[in-house]
Amino acid sequence: MSLLSPIKDHHRERQLFLGRVILTSVVALLLLGLVVARLIQLQVVEHELFAEKSQGNRVRIEAVPPIRGLIFDRKGRAIAENLPAYQLELIPEQVTDIDDTLGRLASLGLIEAADIPRFKELSRSGPRFQPVTLRVRLTDKEIANFAVQRPRFPGVDFQSRLVRHYPDGPLVAHAVGYVGALSSEDLKRVEPARYAGTAHTGKTGVESTFESDLHGYAGYRHLITNAQGRRIPSDSSELLDALPADQVPSPGANVFLSLDLDLQRIAARALEGRRGAVVAMDPWTGEVLALVSAPSFNPNLFAVGMTTQQYGELQNNPDRPLFNRALRGAYPPGSTIKPMLALAALETGATDLSRRSFCRGFFMLPNSTHRYRDWKPEGHGSMDLHDAITQSCDVYFYEISGDIGINNMHDYLGRFGLGRRAGIDIGGEHAGLVPSTEWKRTAFRNRDDQRWYDGETVIASIGQGYMLATPLQLAAAAAALATRGTRYQPHLVAAVEDGVSGQRRIIQPQRLPDVEVRNPAHWDAVLEGMHDVMQGARGTARAVGMGAPYKMAGKSGTAQVISIAQDEEYDEEEIEERQRDHALFIAFAPFDKPRIAVAVIVENGSSGSSVAAPIAKALMDHHLGYGTEIAQ
Amino acid sequence: MRRLQIDGPLLGGLLLICGLGLFVLYSAVGESNRLLVNQVVRLGIAFVGMLVVAQMSPDFLRRWTPWGYAAGLILLVLVLTSGEVSQGARRWLDIGIRFQPSEAMKLGVPMMAAWFLHERQMPPRLGQLLVIAALIVVPTLLIARQPDLGTALLIAASGILVLILAGMSFRLIAGMGVLTIPGAFMLWHFMKDYQKQRVLTLLDPDSDPLGAGYNIIQSKIAIGSGGLFGKGWTNGSQAHLEFLPERDTDFIFAVLGEEFGLLGVLTLLTLYMFVIGRGLYIAVQAHDTYSRLLAGSISLTFLVYVFVNTAMVTGLIPVVGVPLPLVSFGGTSMVTLMAGFGILMAIHAHRKLLPH
Repeated sequence: MSLLSPIKDHHRERQLFLGRVILTSVVALLLLGLVVARLIQLQVVEHELFAEKSQGNRVRIEAVPPIRGLIFDRKGRAIAENLPAYQLELIPEQVTDIDDTLGRLASLGLIEAADIPRFKELSRSGPRFQPVTLRVRLTDKEIANFAVQRPRFPGVDFQSRLVRHYPDGPLVAHAVGYVGALSSEDLKRVEPARYAGTAHTGKTGVESTFESDLHGYAGYRHLITNAQGRRIPSDSSELLDALPADQVPSPGANVFLSLDLDLQRIAARALEGRRGAVVAMDPWTGEVLALVSAPSFNPNLFAVGMTTQQYGELQNNPDRPLFNRALRGAYPPGSTIKPMLALAALETGATDLSRRSFCRGFFMLPNSTHRYRDWKPEGHGSMDLHDAITQSCDVYFYEISGDIGINNMHDYLGRFGLGRRAGIDIGGEHAGLVPSTEWKRTAFRNRDDQRWYDGETVIASIGQGYMLATPLQLAAAAAALATRGTRYQPHLVAAVEDGVSGQRRIIQPQRLPDVEVRNPAHWDAVLEGMHDVMQGARGTARAVGMGAPYKMAGKSGTAQVISIAQDEEYDEEEIEERQRDHALFIAFAPFDKPRIAVAVIVENGSSGSSVAAPIAKALMDHHLGYGTEIAQ
Repeated sequence: MRRLQIDGPLLGGLLLICGLGLFVLYSAVGESNRLLVNQVVRLGIAFVGMLVVAQMSPDFLRRWTPWGYAAGLILLVLVLTSGEVSQGARRWLDIGIRFQPSEAMKLGVPMMAAWFLHERQMPPRLGQLLVIAALIVVPTLLIARQPDLGTALLIAASGILVLILAGMSFRLIAGMGVLTIPGAFMLWHFMKDYQKQRVLTLLDPDSDPLGAGYNIIQSKIAIGSGGLFGKGWTNGSQAHLEFLPERDTDFIFAVLGEEFGLLGVLTLLTLYMFVIGRGLYIAVQAHDTYSRLLAGSISLTFLVYVFVNTAMVTGLIPVVGVPLPLVSFGGTSMVTLMAGFGILMAIHAHRKLLPH
């Protein structure tokens, strides 16, 4: 090797190079082998795992909410239906200038200017293709208005969705109830899969207790989505082929009520401007024909959603429209219990049909100077049991009250269903109260209060004192009188029609223990008394019963209003109105073959026979086919 | 007129790779004819470029090598001072035509290293190695400053491959290997945050599934779900539903894996190996040191491209922006690649011009 110019040894150099090429080739093969091994790991060994991940990547399951079952009255008229409502939506990615768009929508009056920041935030936070709801329910006018302007609002459109609608809203609100937005409480209760995609649930009334029938089952469908979650039109590719089958939602069951919208309307009109309740039922089945509480409210507000202010107005209304007086209004039953007490007196031997007493307008217990007054200050004169019922003589009942005894009263009134929940299928009832010595011992803490006083028995005999009953209980009691003791549990739902099969499940009447009597003739005496209340020459409600084409039985009641404490804020005139007695009336008809039993309560209505009785009569007229045409 | 200097097997291999690549690309770009034609035109230009280079003699290339290298260095400096900024990096230079000088250096560096060793006795001595190291390091650092770490590393690799093929002693190679450890720490220090993130992500992609790890996770899902035979052409849900990012460029290998399965990826890898094998065969047959070293370096650098991309897409190494050669959409690197194959063809055509 020369120092100046090294002579290249070509052969050696070639050998060296070949060696290096072989070496690097081996390294190259090792590297590629590494990649191939990795590919085998991914595509063969872990293939299933990645195939699953790939599937999960692109398939999104979307819930399809079921269509809620409809509710009909006994004549097949829709009480609750689902109407398409239009909501205003904005799709952020299609809007070029969100400030400008929202501003112009506000100037059209479609949205509130105060809500603009909220909508901007909403449109920023979600996926750009996800619609933001600006308004839930547009009026026809707003739809028409916007339709004209639509070209000026790219990315803003109205969308149809189903909203629960009650065509006769306030008329049925207290019986049918309403649906409202699913709350977090509701969500804990419901089966999540069934309610997927649903925003509403029954809150009160039939809507609540028959929720599981009405709701149906949610279905689902598989959507192909891309990486951003945007839906890919299903016809676009073969990617859909391997999808699992979709599940069609099962619509909710239709519910048929025994309620008669006509009777509802008659009762609601009669109670217009008043506070009160009407319950009518078929005594031989327990079917509730009418259930009205006045004042009422518009249940559609709950279905659509209302503002805090609207809800506050409902809550703070002194007439308490949300309060269900038919089920929860506990009133002193007054003289309406006299027929039942008469039966108790006959059965227990406290009186007989021939016993007469002289009514001077008041009654005094032995060794006492306290006068228990009759409603008729001058007195009724000589009375037997029949007269005492028809003329509603208080003194007669005061006199026999001691012989009946409070515990027998409790027993017999209890047999008619007073003092316990009637068990109607929409729940929410007040149990009422029929006192007894036992009750008083447990209800009070103070020793003296635990004692039962004779005077308390006296006033209990005319349905005052501790005694409380709901309109529903009184209607059920009237029904038990009508059937001479055969009792059925009151219920609103007559049939449930499966949403899928269309099969009808008829709700069978639930019979309750009879009001048993030792002597059936006692029924005749009591019922004849009730008959003569309406048709007798001296009956308290003869003015109502007179000239009717059918025979009826009834009993009026007047309950003293004890507390006015909660009414302090009213002016004097108002206080005076609210201190008036409650007017009550129970009735059934026709007398021989009863088909309807009614209870009416008009708060501060003063007179059962002149204010409450005509309402009962109007319902009976209509139900028995003697009514006049009802304007819708 | 002389016969065209074309190497049939190499040309055949390249055409098969490009053909398969176009199929995959058509699917990856969402079945867009416009983009497909775009790529076909680019491939056409690159093939013409290859054929032009193939007609040159290796001696001609060698003579011009230092001048080309020097011009490349000047252009790299120009890029840093007055290059166009695109996506936070200066890589492009506009002097009449718009191009990346770093691309030219992909060939310039191995050519320069081979040129330097051409007249010298193999194996190179330490002093010579240091000179070559400088020839490699200067452009590498200039490119790393752009910053374009992927290209810088590939260019360094192509130069180092020349040294290894030239017979650099194993002790030095081992020493260089040892030096990579502090080198790696230095590199880490110089890395941008996004580059560090890529390394961290590789170590645990699931730690950030929607952020930096997303690419690797989706790419693995695409390849894994392809299985043995794939989901069928244009039926890759990962690619077509946009789960797979950069599916027409750096991650196109995952599209191939998803739609054609293991069968498809092994076919492509076999074609690559054939091309690389043919290149190394040409290198072994080459008549002088310059041709030999250059041909070997070009072939092995091509392997590095293939390995880095496939290893990255399958999650073996961090995500570095290296496209799958001849398949990924885009033209800049393709011209350089094909020019390299043109050099191989030229070397092969001149293998017997000197007596052995």
